[in-house]
Amino acid sequence: MPSLKDLKNRIQSVKNTRKITKAMQMVAAAKLRRAQEAAEEARPYAKRFNAVMAGLAGSVGGSDTAPKLISGTGSDQVHLLIVLTAERGLCGGFNSNISKLARQKANALKAEGKTVKMLTVGKKGRDALKRDFEDLFVGHVDLAGIKSVGYANAQDIAKDVLSRFDAGEFDVATIFYSGFVNVVTQVPTELQIIPASYEASDDADGLAAEYDYEPSEEAILADLLPRGVATQIFSALLENGASEQGARMSAMDNATRNAGEMIDKLTIEYNRSRQAVITSELIEIISGAEAL
Amino acid sequence: MADTMQFDLVSPERSLASLKATAVLIPGAEGDMTAMPMHAPTITTLRPGLLKVESPEGNSEYVVTGGFAEIGVEGLSVLAEKAIPTGELTREQLDTLIEEARSAHQAAVDNEQHDLVSDAAKLLADMEALGTHIGL
Repeated sequence: MPSLKDLKNRIQSVKNTRKITKAMQMVAAAKLRRAQEAAEEARPYAKRFNAVMAGLAGSVGGSDTAPKLISGTGSDQVHLLIVLTAERGLCGGFNSNISKLARQKANALKAEGKTVKMLTVGKKGRDALKRDFEDLFVGHVDLAGIKSVGYANAQDIAKDVLSRFDAGEFDVATIFYSGFVNVVTQVPTELQIIPASYEASDDADGLAAEYDYEPSEEAILADLLPRGVATQIFSALLENGASEQGARMSAMDNATRNAGEMIDKLTIEYNRSRQAVITSELIEIISGAEAL
Repeated sequence: MADTMQFDLVSPERSLASLKATAVLIPGAEGDMTAMPMHAPTITTLRPGLLKVESPEGNSEYVVTGGFAEIGVEGLSVLAEKAIPTGELTREQLDTLIEEARSAHQAAVDNEQHDLVSDAAKLLADMEALGTHIGL
């Protein structure tokens, strides 16, 4: 039976925890709004880009001279898994869900006898995958010092990935990130970026027109494909950012609620034992008086 | 005949302009070209240069560093890697860009990737010319 003082300390400590989780929840809510705006603003570019790429890939992609980024290297022996996670924890299942998906994929590929390599972005994913796959790591990108991810960050990652591709280090690249559905739902997603597959979206009717290309179609495609990799990584990073904040917000909301429940329970226990102490003191006094 | 067309300037991070324009000068990879309403559908890559927009509300200028432009039936979209309104570009920013181009050129020379050297050299020259052009 804990003493009254113990209970009091306990209640105070849970109250402090609740304050922290409440603050974190509010910070996450503010950041979420910003992250969502960023994702929103990046959408027109990605959409136009994909529409143009779909048109180009449709006309050039099938030929023998198509760039490797779109036709592949002709083999799918070596896979590069790019795992995008957060730099910080305390965001519910966010990091572990992404890592889990990547782990499943890695194990499935290994079972098929393929070679797997991993590039991690964000500390948490690297920590989670380190135990099982440390020998597969080929690199790590640290985003710790970056307040809000910009296109330049995505370009750096893309540059790294592309130079590895050019050096023939892998055949297929897949990125793992968390797709943002809404504040409470984030779906871990895998997306193959090399070789790229651009599918014509429904509203690509503008591309039905015959285009003049300057320079040639092939040259434009060769120029745009590396940008496409960066664009896809960038939108994955943005989705991830919004998902992280959403996950953190709901995790912290839960934590705040749990702390509140715990405080209520502890307060009841505290009051009960206080009453018990008073009662026993009264009994002592009365029985003492009677004995006289 | 339509005398204006929809003009969109978007960068990966955000949409910079969306308006009705009468003519847009595009720094195409193979030379400047001006897109006016009813232009034939064209897709061109961009070199670093000035993008001049003429619209009934007034003219505006942007510095773009690369990307591509798509002239379609319904209008013109420019997807720029980086786009900065000319007035807001400072000498320092330009120097950073030139420095980036220079190191890319150097890297290409060092690695003896001959096909890349000329591209990088052209990029560098374009960047430098850009500075002179806007008088910084």
